[in-house]
Amino acid sequence: MSLNSNIPEGKLEEKWIKYKSTVPLVNPANKRNLEILVIGSGLAGASAAASLAELGYKVKCYCFQDSPRRAHSIAAQGGINAAKNYQNDGDSVYRLFYDTIKGGDYRAREANVYRLAEISPNIIDQCVAQGVPFAREYGGMLSNRSFGGTQVQRTFYAAGQTGQQLLLGAYSALERQVGMGNVTMYNRHEMLELVIIDGKARGIIARNLITGKLERHFGHAVLICTGGYGNVFYLSTNAMGSNATAAWKAHKKGAYFGNPCFTQIHPTCIPVSGDHQSKLTLMSESLRNDGRIWVPKKAGDNRNPSDIPEDERDYYLERRYPAFGNLVPRDVASRAAKERCDAGFGVGNSKMAVYLDFKFNMMRYGKVEANKAGLNDADDNEILKLGKEVIKEKYGNLFDMYKQITGEDPYNSPMRIYPAVHYTMGGLWVDYNLMTNVPGLYALGEANFSDHGANRLGASALMQGLADGYFVIPYTIGDYLSKEIAVKPISTEHEAFAEAEKNVNDIISKLLNVKGTKSVDHYHKKLGKVMWDKCGMARNTKGLEEAINEIREIRNEFWQNVRVTGLADEFNPELEKAGRVADFLELGELMCIDALHRNESCGGHFREESQTEEGEALRNDSEYSYVAAWESNGDKWNLHKEALNFENIKIAQRSYK
Amino acid sequence: MSENMNLTLKVWRQRNNKDKGKFEDFKVNDISPDMSFLEMFDVLNEQLISQGSDPIAFDHDCREGICGMCSMYINGRPHGPKEGITTCQLHMRSFKDGDTIVVEPWRANAFPVIKDLVVDRTAFDRIIAAGGFISVNTGNAQDGNSIPISKIDADIAFAAAACIGCGACVAACKNASAMLFVSAKINQLSHLPQGQPERMQRVRAMVHQMDKEGFGACTNTGACSAECPKEISLVNIASMNCDYIKANVIDSNG
Ligand code: SF4
Ligand code: FES
Repeated sequence: MSLNSNIPEGKLEEKWIKYKSTVPLVNPANKRNLEILVIGSGLAGASAAASLAELGYKVKCYCFQDSPRRAHSIAAQGGINAAKNYQNDGDSVYRLFYDTIKGGDYRAREANVYRLAEISPNIIDQCVAQGVPFAREYGGMLSNRSFGGTQVQRTFYAAGQTGQQLLLGAYSALERQVGMGNVTMYNRHEMLELVIIDGKARGIIARNLITGKLERHFGHAVLICTGGYGNVFYLSTNAMGSNATAAWKAHKKGAYFGNPCFTQIHPTCIPVSGDHQSKLTLMSESLRNDGRIWVPKKAGDNRNPSDIPEDERDYYLERRYPAFGNLVPRDVASRAAKERCDAGFGVGNSKMAVYLDFKFNMMRYGKVEANKAGLNDADDNEILKLGKEVIKEKYGNLFDMYKQITGEDPYNSPMRIYPAVHYTMGGLWVDYNLMTNVPGLYALGEANFSDHGANRLGASALMQGLADGYFVIPYTIGDYLSKEIAVKPISTEHEAFAEAEKNVNDIISKLLNVKGTKSVDHYHKKLGKVMWDKCGMARNTKGLEEAINEIREIRNEFWQNVRVTGLADEFNPELEKAGRVADFLELGELMCIDALHRNESCGGHFREESQTEEGEALRNDSEYSYVAAWESNGDKWNLHKEALNFENIKIAQRSYK
Repeated sequence: MSENMNLTLKVWRQRNNKDKGKFEDFKVNDISPDMSFLEMFDVLNEQLISQGSDPIAFDHDCREGICGMCSMYINGRPHGPKEGITTCQLHMRSFKDGDTIVVEPWRANAFPVIKDLVVDRTAFDRIIAAGGFISVNTGNAQDGNSIPISKIDADIAFAAAACIGCGACVAACKNASAMLFVSAKINQLSHLPQGQPERMQRVRAMVHQMDKEGFGACTNTGACSAECPKEISLVNIASMNCDYIKANVIDSNG
């Protein structure tokens, strides 16, 4: 099958405008007869379900949690980008577009990214109208801050809980439609199979997680909005339940998987404290606005951080990247931290951590506050105290969270941080319409591969999830559904439904009947370790080849020796986990295959064989300027390539110096 | 660093909604003080699986205090002994070697038990669906800066909006009242200019749904706010009551 990205003709800045005014429409009466299944209720899913229901479509929405409000978008901390230029600091749609393409190391599609930047201001407006309490200045205007990889202030935020506030906004819009009867919500339901009839996505098999019953649901279109697959690594900043299952089942049914190896390792997370660790917690990138990253200049320096004088500290990001300093993009910051720790300069018990230090900026803010209050003779202690208050106002919840987890007080000593798996840029391949190569099957938000190339900039995930759901899919789905108006709902007695349900049943009984000796978590941890060691922040041919073999072995062992307790027809979290880990065990292999085939470094994908003399990622544009879209073929994969053409941006070696 | 500990757990087991349920005792050893409470449950569940018994079902997802899914009633307190945190944020350094810890699900008629420590909180969704929103379709909005909102109002709205919908307020209340949860949403929206047009209608619809779900009455005991992991203030309840009275007056005047 050939890959057509369906990018509209015309000049970059006119594509979306023209598209919107020419895309076929579905009239209101017909919309009422068209059913759309939305899988997932995070920013992408909730915003899509609400907006499509507002338009008049019949929507069903599914989430595995007990409420759509729990989706992991809720945990996003720092903010959401938008090209509003409220700060008068030179921002524009073009600049947001440019920063995103460059930040993604020239591995994203120009037309999609431009549309994203173009839509970004509308998102802020929509959220404000819903009652999202963004941070405000005293004059009543919206406040902004900076994020990595940019030199303007375009990030909107609500303390360190921006994702929560945006998700609750989308959730309230969704619940409003539920109340009006336009959306049927299926809480504690998990999609376990895609149903395809005559080559088109026509429904799903979902498991009711309370009763264990399998249910058949028909839809004229199916939207996968189930987030990313960072939990392949076992330890990540994802929620415990975050999984790839819906996307993976769609992949096995024919949807291509785009750039699976593009993983974002976030530079500022709380370091691992022991073997018991079940997940990692992020400390928002926004902290890099006010925190300076350093390690001691002397390897193995065990002194208390406050006892290490200024001139014996290495502010290595400021040293290596004077233009962006502590605000370099995530991939660059993560690699730099790893480099220092591998070279023996790490801090803390494990020596796998660096300092994120707020003292300097506490003093700076403290002085401003002292001046405002007319306290001309305030001493350093008083100034520091005033500065702490400012920091508390900006990041209080993050500081509390740090304290809860580590038992240390970050107001009095620097945080210790280390990179951790956070986001996956890869995902189901989609065209400009957000449709996969399977007609009628769409992927939105983190679940698709589309906008972030090989590295996502901070505060861009929330932007993309909401852009896809509020402002893209309501238009693009018309292109497909306008041709489906004559299709009557297909009975779920259709043999395709029966067969799909049988597949699911077979897998469930297979899992329950292994009756082995090792728990699901045992295998998940094993997989995670291989992925982190060999397909993590640095990758090479030998490691990846080993990883592929090791993952196959773990997978074999899993199917021979896993112990899944409980029954199929009851509430059974172990069984849920087992199904998800079984899918991770396949996806992990594909990630390694993709990483191995891409013999260049770009963004978060760092192949040790391909680096500059200074150790920066070295792209190979002549050979790898394409999206790798993998087609599932039994237990193998076929590679399809979508060439990336840069007509508006001159591609260059990324520099943040 | 303090020593690892050995603990006894008394945990509520209930196979399903029809089962009567009972406490069961478990021992866990060598628990690190750096573990979270849920990681200690992971250890216990691993132990149960290796013995071939059914692990304990409990709700959890983000494990960082924001999704509101975790919900354990620990030693008689929702989310355990420490203030201002969720169960997933509670760490074992809050306990000591030899302790016996009693763990139960949220108990309220409106939150029926699904299994063990897992309860059904969909009543909260239905309350939001009844009126916890601003009726603005996608695309209706004007520029975000067109209505200035004082920082004070924005901050008050934000503080109320920080509610994670966990239900600890209900579990803490002897009447199983949901007033804190409901009032938090109502006050978030009533402190914003965008929330004014539907203000009266909203409070009536949400309170009506709350009563219909079988939550109890509020007798101003304040246990809800004391146990709320996000420290949602009781003031919210007072302002909601004001709005509710106003709304009913308006209603009865036709
Ligand atoms: S008010 Fe507090 S206790 Fe009640 S649901 Fe909200 S966060 Fe939980
Ligand atoms: S698991 Fe999300 S708040 Fe505890």
